Amino acid sequence: MADTSHGIGGLTYDKSKRSLPNELNIFLALVIIVVIFEILGQVLPYMNNQSFLFDTRGRFDSIFNEARLQIIILQVAIIGIIALGVTQVIITAGIDLSSGPLVAATAMIAMSFAQTELVNGFPNPKALFGSWAMDLPVIIPVVIGLTFGAFIGFINGTFIAYFRIPPFIATLGMFLVCRGIALWWSGGNPISFPTEGYAWIGSGMMPVVWFVLLAIVFQLIMKYTVYGKHTYAIGSNEDAARMSGINVRRHKVTVYMIASTLAAFAGIVLSSKAVTAQAGMGEFYELFAIAMAVIGGISLQGGRGSIIGTVLGAMVLGVIRSGFTYIKLDGSYQLMAMGSIIISAVILDQYRQRNKA
Amino acid sequence: MNDDIILKTVDLTKHYGGVHALQGANFELRRGEHVAIMGDNGAGKSTFVRQITGVEQRTRGEVIFDGKPVHFDGPLDARRAGIETVFQTLALADHLDVPDNLFLGREKTKWDWLGPFRLLNYKAMRQDTLDALEKTGVKIPNIRNTIQNMSGGQRQCVAIARTATFHSKLTIMDEPTAALGVQETAQVENIIRTLKEQGEPLILISHNMRQVMDLVDRIVVFRRGRICANLRKEETDGQDVVAYITGAKTQPEYEVAEAV
Repeated sequence: MADTSHGIGGLTYDKSKRSLPNELNIFLALVIIVVIFEILGQVLPYMNNQSFLFDTRGRFDSIFNEARLQIIILQVAIIGIIALGVTQVIITAGIDLSSGPLVAATAMIAMSFAQTELVNGFPNPKALFGSWAMDLPVIIPVVIGLTFGAFIGFINGTFIAYFRIPPFIATLGMFLVCRGIALWWSGGNPISFPTEGYAWIGSGMMPVVWFVLLAIVFQLIMKYTVYGKHTYAIGSNEDAARMSGINVRRHKVTVYMIASTLAAFAGIVLSSKAVTAQAGMGEFYELFAIAMAVIGGISLQGGRGSIIGTVLGAMVLGVIRSGFTYIKLDGSYQLMAMGSIIISAVILDQYRQRNKA
Repeated sequence: MNDDIILKTVDLTKHYGGVHALQGANFELRRGEHVAIMGDNGAGKSTFVRQITGVEQRTRGEVIFDGKPVHFDGPLDARRAGIETVFQTLALADHLDVPDNLFLGREKTKWDWLGPFRLLNYKAMRQDTLDALEKTGVKIPNIRNTIQNMSGGQRQCVAIARTATFHSKLTIMDEPTAALGVQETAQVENIIRTLKEQGEPLILISHNMRQVMDLVDRIVVFRRGRICANLRKEETDGQDVVAYITGAKTQPEYEVAEAV
């Protein structure tokens, strides 16, 4: 019975035995995709030996085609901010479909408190409220917008955690409600001409700055705090989490509130970047945000995934989009190809997980 | 009140609608004592445990733990009071590693002023995990492994190590070896013996007669939601216990309850 007489011999904490992080695979995929586009640029007859990644015409100081890199990351930054929240929701084995319309609704609401009284010396033609809501300090529309987002998230979370509505249904309902709010807020009219302060939030590369900052903050939170650990635990085994004394319901509400607040912030950044707010904004954003998380190796069953993965997933999506434009692929083909890539990513990931287990 | 008694239930009863899953259970457990609960499927064993640990709220009756009447709102409440439970369905998070699971819901933290965003003290939890596993004699090749990559026996050992780590006043195990192989079962039984040596009381729910006869001091038999026998191990044997389980025999002091 040698096997049952125990000693410390079998106990190890061996750092070297840690398996490689899943994120490495996504990073490799990103590199491979870039290389493919680089090769296509050389090979395709109509491309005239262009380079996807590098600066071949001496336009920039560095060797890279900075303009393209900027556009790639700028394109994904705003949806990326949403994806940071969606990632946390999916890790709890939930889903959030309401983020796209929430972006539009928040954009409308925040922008209506961020308008200037005078445009080129004339009264603001798009003014929604009277002069009491004009030229307010930038903090006011931002706080109003974020509070609205947190409130929507609170309702989502409450219905899901306390009334046991499946997340898909609860957030699908909120999807429609938010789109309705966006239309109703100004009767369908666009809201424009924000104050300088508000316009700064999404100006230039600011969306990228926000995206990177928030990604770092939430990566640290998910990895090093009790909040993060409990989020993973709930997605991994909700019963175990409950029996371990985690207040699962309250935690879920918090997660949905954080996700919706992030989506609301994306709405603020988007309206600031576009210098206008329209009820139709943010179409399909919720789906692209989910796609980013999925490409980033998240499991819709919960318990698995990471913020870094989602950031890489966002980059993959951005590179693919930019790359398709680069090789002059028609927009309709782009959508088809992107859809196929998302599905392939999941198939690959599942295959890899099965082999690992 | 006798100080020697760690857990006592009086007339503990649970009805699920019209189903009387547990009827008037009077039960006592002394400090350091290991008691097995046996009975057929649906006899009320797990129901009994669920009332004690606060997973469900009892219909009627009293639970006296450590000299005080208690009313746990949930398993966490019970755990705070010092009752550790290894559930029939393993309460482990598959995607987390061993220290994470051991400390789930009671993480060691620092910077507590950050509220829900307080930081995890990974280093302390890792060290405590190694100490705990050493203490219980559990062998796990690498505690950084996630639970999903472990065998059933290793999982069960983690679950049991969790209960043994936190110096509980009472440990409850609900069929801890039901799904395990021979060697894994032996390992779990060794942990139970360690608990016995350390004088920690245990309630063991098990169908395994050999195991029960090997490990415990006393056997309480449940039948159709009632206790029907309370047997000292020295005064009984396997056949006798089976007779009580199947209903061929009932101890005289429990006869009254049987007349329905």
